[in-house]
Amino acid sequence: MAGKRLTAVDLETYWAQPPPMRPWVRVGMDTGGIAAGARHVYQALLEEQEEARAQIDIQQTGSLGLSYADPIVVTGDASGRTMMFGAMDPESARALIRDHVQDGHLLEDRVIASRDRGCELNGQQQVAILVKDTSAGKDEDRTGFFQELIREELAVHELDGRIKVYRAMDMGLYQKGVCVQLLPSRVTYAHVTGPDIRRIIDESLRGGRVLDDLLQAGGDPQERIVLRHCGRIDPDQLESYLHAGGYRGLKRALLEMTPEEVIEDMKTSGLRGRGGAGFPTWLKWQLTREPKADRKIVICNADEGDPGAFMDRSILEGDPHAVLEGLMISAYAIGADKGFFYIRAEYPLAVERVQRAIDEARATGLLGRDILGSGFSFDAEVRLGAGAFVCGEETALIASIEGRRGSPEPRPPYPSIKGLWGYPTSINNVETLAAVSVILDRGGAWYAGFGTEQSRGTKVFAVTGKVRNPQLVEVPMGIPIRTVIEDICGGADRGARIKAVQTGGPSGGVIPGTKMDTPVTYESLQELGSIMGSGGMLVMDESDSMVDVAKFYLGFCVDESCGKCAPCRIGGFQMLKLLERIHGGKGKAEDLTTIRDICHCMQTASLCGLGQTAPNPVLSTLKYFEEEYLDLMEAGQNAPDPKVRAGR
Amino acid sequence: MKTKSADAELGSLLDWVEGMRKRVREIAREWEGREGNLIMILHAIQNEFGYVPRGVANELAREMGISMARIYEVITFYHYFRLTPPGSHTVQVCMGTACYLKGAEKLHGELERQLKLMEASGVRKGEFHVENVRCIGCCGMAPAVVMDGDTHGRLCPDAVKDILKRKRGK
Amino acid sequence: MIRQATMVEARINGLPVKAPEGTSILDAARRAGVRIPTLCKHPDLLPTAACGLCIVKIAGDRKMPRACATALQNGMDITTHDGELTRIRRTILELILSTHPNACLTCGRSGNCELQTLVGEFGVRNDRLEKHIRDVPSDHSNGSIIIDFAKCINCARCVQVCQEVQNVWALSILHRGIQMRMAPAGDISLADSPCIKCGQCAAHCPTGAIVEHDEIAAVWEALGDPDTFCSVQIAPSVRVALGEEFGFPPGTNLTRQIYATMRRLGFKAVFDTNFSADLTIMEEASEFVERFAHGRGSLPLITSCCPAWTDYMEKNHQDLINNFSTAKSPQQMLGVVAKTYFSEKMGIDPSKHFQVSIMPCTAKKYELERTDEMFASGYQDVDITLTTRELARMIKQSGLVFSEMPEEDADSVLGEYTGAGTIFGTTGGVMEAALRTGYYFVTGENLPQDGIEIMPVRGLEGVKEAEIDIQGAKVRVAVAHGMANVDKVLDRVRAARERGEEPPYHFIEVMACPGGCIGGGGQPYGISNEVRRKRMEGLYQDDKDRALRCSHENPSIKQIYKDFLGEPLSEKAERLLHTRYKPRKTYRR
Ligand SMILES: Cc1cc2nc3c(=O)[nH]c(=O)nc-3n(C[C@H](O)[C@H](O)[C@H](O)COP(=O)(O)O)c2cc1C
Ligand code: SF4
Ligand code: SF4
Ligand code: SF4
Ligand code: SF4
Ligand code: SF4
Ligand code: SF4
Ligand code: SF4
Ligand code: FES
Ligand code: FES
Ligand code: FES
Repeated sequence: MAGKRLTAVDLETYWAQPPPMRPWVRVGMDTGGIAAGARHVYQALLEEQEEARAQIDIQQTGSLGLSYADPIVVTGDASGRTMMFGAMDPESARALIRDHVQDGHLLEDRVIASRDRGCELNGQQQVAILVKDTSAGKDEDRTGFFQELIREELAVHELDGRIKVYRAMDMGLYQKGVCVQLLPSRVTYAHVTGPDIRRIIDESLRGGRVLDDLLQAGGDPQERIVLRHCGRIDPDQLESYLHAGGYRGLKRALLEMTPEEVIEDMKTSGLRGRGGAGFPTWLKWQLTREPKADRKIVICNADEGDPGAFMDRSILEGDPHAVLEGLMISAYAIGADKGFFYIRAEYPLAVERVQRAIDEARATGLLGRDILGSGFSFDAEVRLGAGAFVCGEETALIASIEGRRGSPEPRPPYPSIKGLWGYPTSINNVETLAAVSVILDRGGAWYAGFGTEQSRGTKVFAVTGKVRNPQLVEVPMGIPIRTVIEDICGGADRGARIKAVQTGGPSGGVIPGTKMDTPVTYESLQELGSIMGSGGMLVMDESDSMVDVAKFYLGFCVDESCGKCAPCRIGGFQMLKLLERIHGGKGKAEDLTTIRDICHCMQTASLCGLGQTAPNPVLSTLKYFEEEYLDLMEAGQNAPDPKVRAGR
Repeated sequence: MKTKSADAELGSLLDWVEGMRKRVREIAREWEGREGNLIMILHAIQNEFGYVPRGVANELAREMGISMARIYEVITFYHYFRLTPPGSHTVQVCMGTACYLKGAEKLHGELERQLKLMEASGVRKGEFHVENVRCIGCCGMAPAVVMDGDTHGRLCPDAVKDILKRKRGK
Repeated sequence: MIRQATMVEARINGLPVKAPEGTSILDAARRAGVRIPTLCKHPDLLPTAACGLCIVKIAGDRKMPRACATALQNGMDITTHDGELTRIRRTILELILSTHPNACLTCGRSGNCELQTLVGEFGVRNDRLEKHIRDVPSDHSNGSIIIDFAKCINCARCVQVCQEVQNVWALSILHRGIQMRMAPAGDISLADSPCIKCGQCAAHCPTGAIVEHDEIAAVWEALGDPDTFCSVQIAPSVRVALGEEFGFPPGTNLTRQIYATMRRLGFKAVFDTNFSADLTIMEEASEFVERFAHGRGSLPLITSCCPAWTDYMEKNHQDLINNFSTAKSPQQMLGVVAKTYFSEKMGIDPSKHFQVSIMPCTAKKYELERTDEMFASGYQDVDITLTTRELARMIKQSGLVFSEMPEEDADSVLGEYTGAGTIFGTTGGVMEAALRTGYYFVTGENLPQDGIEIMPVRGLEGVKEAEIDIQGAKVRVAVAHGMANVDKVLDRVRAARERGEEPPYHFIEVMACPGGCIGGGGQPYGISNEVRRKRMEGLYQDDKDRALRCSHENPSIKQIYKDFLGEPLSEKAERLLHTRYKPRKTYRR
């Protein structure tokens, strides 16, 4: 669609038109998916389609979030029914085209059951059954046994030819015994026992009655707002975004609202910055709007450097236009005419997709002069990071774009007064901007309906570590950490006990397993000595040493310190030496005092957030797990390795 | 005494310098007048030469009318830029949170051990360049290693050995 | 444009303070009689915010902002000192010390080191942290300054001076984190770098990481050799600064006490560089008149008595080489006449004549061997340069109680000077002196008494411009100090040249150091504009106090031309008193 200048009317047409309805297959082609082999899967799909002359659209899409199941393929039929398959390989991809898309067969041990579970059968004919033993340890998986049971029961009713039974890869249910899902209704039963099978086949499948005592109602606690398009649209196609309602927020802002009204709507939404500090977005815009200046600049902070966080990457790779749209809206509100995406160089795919989004937007007049005939002109460009975590800090980011060392500078003056090249500059995080575009589309009040009083909306978390299903989740704020870890991600890996959850990455802290019912909000996490941060959530079990974890995060900060100020440059380094000494069993009694002194010094006298928060992982582990430090110091090198002590 | 081959060598060196100058000029031109270009230019240069050779930095300083000090300050600050040529194979061990928890340190140790063994058996030092990187974005497959651009996930030390062997075979 | 500054009111440690808007908390506190400790902030420089020592508490603010980098604001309630702040500051010092050698005893800054002083004040009494000290050899590659990397605390003052004030970019901050370090640009030796030896880095360094190349021992040795005739010259700006090392306030003119001290140190002849400053003016003003009035040679004429500046120009402004005055600097002129004229007259074997210069300057050490022309007497014209700081140390070594020195006179004939010679030591001084004499050369009479002080070229403004009427001919002059300011002026000249227009200036004075030599890299520590102003006043007062205020009136100058040189720009004068310049590579590597 390059070259054609889009008008507001064109956009309306896209929004009104349903996307073409042909059977389709989409492959999750984000970095994680590709690393897991999505390109080979995509290739195999194309080849098989060619061979079978199948009338199927094969598309790429962004991350579906389920990292544990990469590469992932989603299929859809003309009626709009979708089905997700994980851990795909070229072989199963071919089978998918041959058997599933054409004949409706599913793939054994590949299906990821939908979390939108059905509650009614409505006399509908069921065609397949998914089974999974969700409580299974490694040795006593009863899935196979139940598969057999069901097949036998089906045979009794001579249904075995018509209804297939598959082992599901994942049911989105954990520690709920054997679970069974009927398809296509998605009616799901949990804690199913042998005798229940007969009832399910007889009463439910044949009788069309839902068995309330077994029914697993309640869907997904997730709320996909920021990730609304990830895994659903082709990030490389502006049309795909437009069909999904893209640029509706921009159009509303530019053509129906004044900048002040946009800021007002943002205020209503209650959105706070998702880059870490949680600063109210509307206020940042207002402060950047106020000063008189020749020009103003907006920046999208896509330097996501927190080790173990990949929210921003997934958004950029899965829905780049949504972020661009958010950036444009912020520019309109502030009065900026130029925007930059500052993307870390380690994200080549994100860079490529954002660049493509910019190019397409420019070619269609969505960027450039007089956008949508509104009189508002704006352009955006990509600038790369070069391997420096600290460049996520606003003043360092500015220095970096200006071609200098990425060292933070004292604030005030804040970038909103004196930013890039001295011009007032507003910097927002990727996730913040992706939320902006939908807020302007659906209204601030709608968004404010999610989350809590102080922490509105949803937050994306990257849950990793010793968790069964590492993945990207998006939940309304205020839900307990436990829900995220246990209900959505399946709890600790291999059924171990969760010792602690680390949030906020190198600036955050650990939350002990006993406090898992804490709701995720900016305030509650801070109360515990951690922070919301950018959204990393690292699950640790009994085999993980807290001293080691503290050492890991501190080591990260020491590596990434810009070196400018003495408290951070030397404090972090010396503290790391002390931690290493303690961890090596050679700690001295006075070391903890020294560590606390250095922590206090770094928190108060470091110039920027990196140094000020670097002690958090140490302090919070000291707060909740001091005995691990003491054990190591008392017992010297004979200290029990927590891995041994935990008895696993 | 200068031999013929020394002359030839000098000639090809001069050719290289000439070509290098031309390329640096082109890159600088391409970004001329665009805001915030230095880091982008350095990226382009590293893509071109594999690292930022001293002579190139010098040329760039001249071309852009900025000082060498500025360029060196920047290059040495950002870990992405290299001042020495890379090895012919690059092995990146993810030391992101997830990979660390799942034993990335062990992978790294094993890699170092294997490379020592390989060096003892005649593989050129520097042939394999091992570096630690932060989260490569595949935490779901932790621990992960990227070998010449290909990601390998859910690795154990033994698997690392196999991958190295295969690379070496090639 | 002078605007009435808005005043802000706040409280510091409970006491009300008032300061103009934009004043840092650090400065506001100082006005209120409170000294907040600092290590990285220098009064000449923008805050780098590197050390963190200056943090203070502001009521209602969770963070502790840096006093050096935070402006005082209305209603702030500031606490600058309490137990907690002291503890934090002590921890910072401990951290810095853990990367710093315990080498005070053999350090060039011992007794005068900002770090040592603070560590002493804060009572850091143990080394509870493991030492992590950079293990690299010092850089002795350039004869003017020495960098001892192990002692560097990474405050970046030197880098800021070298890059922003001097625009030389010889120094840089490389790498990051604990690896971060100050190093010559591109990790080469100082000698290979664009360094112009101005020593401003040393003058601003809070520690002993950059110090002048100490050559006192060689002077002692020469003084102790009975066969050697040792003479000494004292530069204009030394006389108003040396006293600071002995408790005198900045600007105290101690010329005659210094002469006496020199004799007691064993120098057999005591000369004054002010004399040769007058000589330089004779040559340089003649050169100017040649170019300006007779159209022989290109304009503008640019002064060249500052060796850091000539080095800079040879590296960076090669297209202007022909605009340089070929007159040697006063130091070199004195050296050559001492070893020719004076030696002849006194019957001293010039090969046994050892000439020492006392200079405000580290670059002067480099100038001694700059080109073959520095050996015009047939020997090295000046053998050793000591900076003001070195001289102070030497006096202390000698046991002489400087404050009790009598006042004496310099030796004739190389000791007599006029007011024009003395003001050489400050920015604008060379220009003023040259104009006084140039005016005379053109008109045959002196400037009127009320016009002899050329005010527009005085003061600390980075670039000063003036237009002087010489019998109807307008002479446009510019004065620049601090290399970054110089570039602006030269760019203007170049732009006019490219457009084929007449040059915007006829005469330009350049001094590398901010303030000129009074702010030289070898002067006593603790430089600031306040100190510069006082030293400057000392020199202008000396000028005022002189009966003779123009170089051409100096009877000794008249005598030396009559006896020896003939007249300005004579063949002999050209041979002994002039030099040439040549392009040099900015980077030797
Ligand atoms: C050391 C450091 C690293 C940071 N890294 C990031 C980052 O990678 N991405 C980001 O969006 N914000 C990062 N931030 C926070 C940003 O400085 C800034 O607060 C944020 O981009 C503002 O956007 P928001 O208001 O939308 O959150 C970092 C802050 C610090 C102190
Ligand atoms: S706190 Fe650390 S990262 Fe921040 S400015 Fe200081 S040294 Fe640099
Ligand atoms: S910046 Fe450094 S020197 Fe300046 S006041 Fe602060 S602590 Fe002191
Ligand atoms: S720099 Fe200062 S503290 Fe360091 S050794 Fe020298 S005198 Fe001592
Ligand atoms: S101050 Fe202390 S360490 Fe230094 S010389 Fe005196 S006694 Fe020795
Ligand atoms: S002497 Fe002058 S030019 Fe040389 S490094 Fe120091 S400040 Fe820079
Ligand atoms: S050499 Fe001196 S001025 Fe320069 S950074 Fe080091 S301590 Fe600071
Ligand atoms: S201005 Fe004076 S002190 Fe400074 S470098 Fe020049 S001659 Fe030396
Ligand atoms: S931590 Fe290794 S891929 Fe994220
Ligand atoms: S003096 Fe303010 S931070 Fe060093
Ligand atoms: S030239 Fe001699 S004091 Fe400056």
